[in-house]
Amino acid sequence: MGALLGVLPFFAYTTIFLAIPTIIVVVGAFLDGRGHPTLGNLRALAQPQVVSAFVRSTVLSAVTATLGAVFGALLAYAVSTAREGGLLRRLVTSLCGVLAQFGGVTLAFAFVATVGFQGFVTLWLEHLGIDLAGSIWLFEPYKGLILVYTYFQIPLMLIVFLPAVEGLKPQWGEAAESLGGSTWDYWRHVAGPILAPSFIGAMLLLFTNAFSAYATAAALISQGSPIITLLIGGTFSSEVILGQENVGKAMALGMVAIVALVMTIYALLERRATKWLGR
Amino acid sequence: MKLRAARRRRQSTFRRVVVTLIGLFFALPIVGMIEFTTRAPGGGRTLDTWATLFNLGVIDRDYPELKTGIQASAGLVVLTVAIMLFMLVPTMTWVRLRLPGMRRLVEFVCLLPLTIPAIVLVVGLAPVYAWVAYFLGESSLWLTFAYVVLVLPYAYRALDAGLSTIDVRTLAEAARSLGAGWPTVMWRVILPNLRTAVLSAAFLSVALVLGEFTIANLFSRDNLQVAINQLSKRDASLAIAAALAALILAFTVLFAMSFVGTGRGSSRREEA
Amino acid sequence: MKTPMARRSGLAALAAVTLIGLAACSPPTSTSNSGSTGGVKASSATSAKDLGGMAALVDAAKKEGTLNVIALPPDWANYGAVIAGFEAKYGLKVNSAQPDASSADEITAAKNLKGQSTAPDVFDLGGVVASANTAIFAAYKVATFDDVPATLKDANGLWVNDYGGYMSIGYDAGKVPAPKTVADLLKPAYRGKVALNGDPTKAGAGFSGVVMAALAQGGTADDISKGVAFFKTLKGAGNFLPIDPTPATVESGQTPVVFDWDYLNVAQGAKLKGKMSWKTVIPAGAVVGGYYVQAINKDAPDPAAARLWQEYLYSDEGQNLWLKGGARPVREEAMVKAGTIDQAAYAALPKATGTPVFLTSAQRDKANTYLSANWAKAIG
Repeated sequence: MGALLGVLPFFAYTTIFLAIPTIIVVVGAFLDGRGHPTLGNLRALAQPQVVSAFVRSTVLSAVTATLGAVFGALLAYAVSTAREGGLLRRLVTSLCGVLAQFGGVTLAFAFVATVGFQGFVTLWLEHLGIDLAGSIWLFEPYKGLILVYTYFQIPLMLIVFLPAVEGLKPQWGEAAESLGGSTWDYWRHVAGPILAPSFIGAMLLLFTNAFSAYATAAALISQGSPIITLLIGGTFSSEVILGQENVGKAMALGMVAIVALVMTIYALLERRATKWLGR
Repeated sequence: MKLRAARRRRQSTFRRVVVTLIGLFFALPIVGMIEFTTRAPGGGRTLDTWATLFNLGVIDRDYPELKTGIQASAGLVVLTVAIMLFMLVPTMTWVRLRLPGMRRLVEFVCLLPLTIPAIVLVVGLAPVYAWVAYFLGESSLWLTFAYVVLVLPYAYRALDAGLSTIDVRTLAEAARSLGAGWPTVMWRVILPNLRTAVLSAAFLSVALVLGEFTIANLFSRDNLQVAINQLSKRDASLAIAAALAALILAFTVLFAMSFVGTGRGSSRREEA
Repeated sequence: MKTPMARRSGLAALAAVTLIGLAACSPPTSTSNSGSTGGVKASSATSAKDLGGMAALVDAAKKEGTLNVIALPPDWANYGAVIAGFEAKYGLKVNSAQPDASSADEITAAKNLKGQSTAPDVFDLGGVVASANTAIFAAYKVATFDDVPATLKDANGLWVNDYGGYMSIGYDAGKVPAPKTVADLLKPAYRGKVALNGDPTKAGAGFSGVVMAALAQGGTADDISKGVAFFKTLKGAGNFLPIDPTPATVESGQTPVVFDWDYLNVAQGAKLKGKMSWKTVIPAGAVVGGYYVQAINKDAPDPAAARLWQEYLYSDEGQNLWLKGGARPVREEAMVKAGTIDQAAYAALPKATGTPVFLTSAQRDKANTYLSANWAKAIG
């Protein structure tokens, strides 16, 4: 019982500022416009528009999580080989700290200013004779949003994964070398299994980060609500179709369910990864 | 000996290539923003917008909301980082040491804030904040309670990555057997070994607080991004310049933070 | 693998949560210190007479000292000047929050911030949202209430139309050729250049844009399918930009053609004079009108200031400020008759050839149903 006291502050805090708001939202998902219990909001989730929005959000998040994880991990490894306390490491980590949270209207604007129709990169490439596909790909959920989301996924990966990469002791690399192993052997049998749980955990964070992103997508694609967060935003802010807030809460519940599912997959993957270590 | 030198050279080339390529990707949109804020009416470049931004007298007179926003955000940064660290580091260490069964629960709780979009979270937070306003007043600084919750997913992941790589159990037992009390164990044994992780968690908190817009806006409170948004309604170029300046400010803060704790014997790598 | 201890504490936590959840209804409301004059509280005054006349209202408002407004961008129908004029005339401080909020967001903010001093005092809403939320408004008749046509106000003064305009096409004359009709926008000269202010299933301006396109393409107020078809073709031709047009995107040239209310496009043009030649045109024969509505929050933290604000907005001074911003004031007819209208600004309004069309609520509902079913498919 005494051990539980140690986690009391955390759970008390999250109860007030997280659990209660969540419960309020969940309860709202089961009420109709007049406050009576109903399953209608959940049934509304089966509409094709909602289902395709969930699918698009999931695919978008999975792809950007993978891209961000791979490139971010590469960057993290590259940075970890630099001198500890050196300038490069400080610069890169500070820059990534800032860019990881850079989003919303400003990021959308910056990307349109870069690769939009009048973007300076587009114009420069036109000079060189390269026509950037000619279509408005930047505003398509799979092409444009993937690019823009990756912009903050990579820095986020670096920040959360770097502590793990730095935990790799150089002695292990040397030991592997002295035993006649190649670099590939080192990664497959030593470093890989050690980093796997943190890597997958970071990827889970990146997935959820992309899944619930709203402001950036809203600024870039203000027509048609292709992803679920935009659809939810519409239920709350629409001045044309009213009274759909509780459907929005049901959609949020759906989002929680999907993330819980992804978390379960992650937990299973992690268990397998630790098995490799034989711990 | 030759092997190690070759390896070092390979690593160094790899490092340079990767950092340059990814750095280029990061730089492009920033250049786009700079390009827009330096446009002169007849074509060509001008630094007028930037001059206005740094003319503090004009800012104070014409855009007072920028000043209040910056002040509010500064206070929020300090409060959020402090609350987050004081709450999360001991809790996560404790869970690893004494309550391993709770690990999944803590992990889920720490991921939950990110699964619910901010616009929906505000609906749930509104009644809670009605009580906060009743007890503590209506200052923007009390947004910190919501911000700590928002930062949990990121901070948890960073701290978890750090905690996985040090042997918390051995360290704690060794310290305890030498007669240290729990506060000493936390502050002088565990924390110095978690330097990178704690710094990462703090980095993410600072960046999140300085970049947060939705919740502050929906509660009609002041903060840096809300002020920049107000600004953008009146002068688009100045708003983009202010946003870029905020990024540079955040970068400077983080860069300064990275010097914290250096030279305090963080010689983890030397320990076998 | 939860230990029995963990399960017990889990149940305890759940119990605590439920208890606290019940308590999370709402805190005791602090007694509001709204100005009362002659025994009548400002929050229940239905006209200036109730408080003892305009002077008494002004005094009560001055005592409150502040006014909270929401969703009023400074370049929307000249709100910047309206707010500044109000502050200068009465010495009150206006706190303008959430300039990007939609009408629905304003109502949500009022609910979320109920009882706090930052709750919105007044609302500027689209007609649909106003009619649906009369329960949270306070009835108030301004001094010039009778000048407003009966169809444009609630009989008790719960909500009153204030200013409006017609749907228009704004364009950068230096970058694109002047569009004479809506169909012109399908030409290759407009590749990747046309934006609509808002999603028609979410925003009033976007909705009216689709209706205008429908009328221009031969549809009617009862059948907007031609409008949706137009945007579908526009998208297919690669001319339609799904981005949200803002002053920043217009100024930077990212959105050279914008479907928006005429007063917004006119204001954009005025702001960018010297940098860009931004012109506004209302397509002939496709004139879609829309008014915006003012209402007072029943639980306004500054009730006297809220009522004074309404008096200001419907006064000659306030109505002429709308004109300066390119919007049409609701007391237009009465002011023309009385000769108090700002002639110069009135003459400068964008020309509209054709009978203006204002959708009835039945037509609106029909259009909404059609849009919910077809817009995302056409655009996605």
